[in-house]
Amino acid sequence: MSLLKITDLHVSVSGTPILKGVNLEINQGEIHALMGPNGSGKSTLAYAMAGHPSYEITQGKIEIDGTDISELDPNERARLGLFLAFQYPVVIPGVKVADFLRHAMSNVRDPERKEGEKLIPMREFRKELREQMNDLGMDLEMARRYLNEGFSGGEKKRMEILQLALLKPKFAVLDETDSGLDSDAVKVVSEGLSRLSGPEMGVLIITHHERLLEFNEPQFTHVMLAGRIVETGDARLAAELHEHGYKSIRERHPEAAAEEVSETVEPV
Amino acid sequence: MATRLDTNSENESVDIGEYQYGFHDPTDKYVFTGKKGLNAEIVAQISEMKNEPAWMREFRLKSFEIFEQKPTPEWGGNLSELNYQDIHYFVRASEGQGRSWDEVPDDIRKTYDRLGIPEAEKKFLSGVKAQYESEVVYGSLQEDLAKQGVIFTDTDSALRDHPELLKEYFGTIIPPDDNKYAALNSAVWSGGSFVYVPPGVHIEFPLQAYFRINSENMGQFERTLVIVDEGASCHYVEGCTAPTYSSESLHSAVVEIIVKKGGRFRYTTIQNWSNNVYNLVTKRAFAYEDSLMEWVDGNLGSKLTMKYPAIYLMGEGARGETLSIAFAGKGQHQDAGAKMVHCAPNTSSRIISKSISKDGGRSSYRGLVKVDPKADRCKSNVVCDALLLDPESRSDTYPYIEIEDNDVAIEHEASVSKIGEEQLFYLMSRGLTEAEASSMIVTGFIEPLVKELPMEYAVEMNRLIELQMEGSIG
Repeated sequence: MSLLKITDLHVSVSGTPILKGVNLEINQGEIHALMGPNGSGKSTLAYAMAGHPSYEITQGKIEIDGTDISELDPNERARLGLFLAFQYPVVIPGVKVADFLRHAMSNVRDPERKEGEKLIPMREFRKELREQMNDLGMDLEMARRYLNEGFSGGEKKRMEILQLALLKPKFAVLDETDSGLDSDAVKVVSEGLSRLSGPEMGVLIITHHERLLEFNEPQFTHVMLAGRIVETGDARLAAELHEHGYKSIRERHPEAAAEEVSETVEPV
Repeated sequence: MATRLDTNSENESVDIGEYQYGFHDPTDKYVFTGKKGLNAEIVAQISEMKNEPAWMREFRLKSFEIFEQKPTPEWGGNLSELNYQDIHYFVRASEGQGRSWDEVPDDIRKTYDRLGIPEAEKKFLSGVKAQYESEVVYGSLQEDLAKQGVIFTDTDSALRDHPELLKEYFGTIIPPDDNKYAALNSAVWSGGSFVYVPPGVHIEFPLQAYFRINSENMGQFERTLVIVDEGASCHYVEGCTAPTYSSESLHSAVVEIIVKKGGRFRYTTIQNWSNNVYNLVTKRAFAYEDSLMEWVDGNLGSKLTMKYPAIYLMGEGARGETLSIAFAGKGQHQDAGAKMVHCAPNTSSRIISKSISKDGGRSSYRGLVKVDPKADRCKSNVVCDALLLDPESRSDTYPYIEIEDNDVAIEHEASVSKIGEEQLFYLMSRGLTEAEASSMIVTGFIEPLVKELPMEYAVEMNRLIELQMEGSIG
């Protein structure tokens, strides 16, 4: 069984420390929820795990099955089985969804594949793509569109979940923090996720949405405050936060609360 | 019903290397190699070797005078190192023109085999002209088109066989005094294509011309004239390559197009010169009533390209479109753009220009939209997008707009983007390498142009871009 282990992780963005010693362990098959007020560092953790170049790991490490991935390029992390579902997936004009997916699948499925080498056979790719798109209720025509260009919020979310379904990572991080999601999009993510998660996948759901957790009840809920995980509990903790907000958390952790910065640090 | 999913072809592996057309053939078997340098004597000699009528000889000599009088342009790119006396203006590589590839000398035929022309001809072309150095060495046209009165020949032969057409149109769209390089071409022109499509004739598959420079210090000055008569339609495709030498070559073409009432013509260029070629080309079309003229213009390679395909919308309801793409690599300057001149009411034009600069390369969009006082209710839309792949590269936009009419709708949009860090990160987080990801972003950037190309050319264009992208990031 695979293990994702984060030890004493410190991350800075443009020289400003955001994460100040995060510890987290996720086993394959487990669902974890990460909650916390805006600016507490949740997205920073997601981006740092995936290897965004603007997020500098200054201390600590991230390991998958004992391999430290904190110095690796994003594509190498993906090949080791890490996946980040983006909150705001970027638009890539002129790049057809199907082309992109076939390249992504070829690389992730065959970690030995070198650049320019053969992609997975078209027949196999099409079959799998068709199945997954059908399951997600996506129009096949969408695979011919340009990646995220002109996609509605719901279509973008479906596209992220489609990638999750095709790449079958060992560990999926879902960065869904903001309130920008309409209820349809939440439904897409939560249903898709509950279908895909299972003994083969460890999941970290970063969310404000109670509803996302109803479908995918976490075994563990973590609360982040000022760049640290200050509390870990079960699903009841998520429910409590949903009902009462972060007031009681701040009261229980006055030192961390004092460190909170007033302005929100958005992902770059 | 299953939807077809488009993805890249199965053949993904590309032989990545340097400029792949940089090879050259031996030149010792050439029939004639003119002396380097330029003067009235050499101009007259070219005319003499071609047994031209007196009017053409006069036209050349007059043009040479104009060339000498005109100063070298100081705008655009740096032309100060171009030495006109260090160039061969006329080189005859073979005796006569082949009608089958067997008649083309072995060395030259092998070159075209390597470039894939005979194969393409069989598959998807209505006719082919292959110009090697100064003259066309191979020509073909499908028989049924010839029977319908279509003429597709090299311009030297056209002067001999269709003097009345040449006399009527030659130099009327681009007169020698238009600019220094039009004058130069008018003086020393050789080869090129002549196309005449009779009224109402539609040519389904493209006609193709292929221009190849082989010698060092070579000047190629092809002259192309296309007449699409009333209600006729045609697509013409042009490709260009040259070997890599340490010293410069010059390519200075003149292309004149006439699209008559209700005609449609598309001129597609994929130029991929080696990066020591000065590419100074004048291209202009006159589009008459209710006609459609389109330039699809791809510029890769060369040391300096200055090229602004123009459309004069001469008749009411005429439409003009230019789609242009430039790729500027190390040590290269692509000064490219388009001109649209609205001379009649209800005319419309569109310019889409895309440029990519990498490794310190420089690209400029230089464009003109001009509206005459008579051109009521005309519309024009210009979109320029520049993509910079690194901080050393440069992109400029010089849009000129001259409007002399009140009742017009003109739009201009320009954008410059760096290759997005967020785009790279997104693709890489899905397992793509940095090179794959950036290549995919660039390919996507030029997709609007590539999808206008005939399929084989689209594949070729993507392959060329992949080659240009090799080692560009990281």
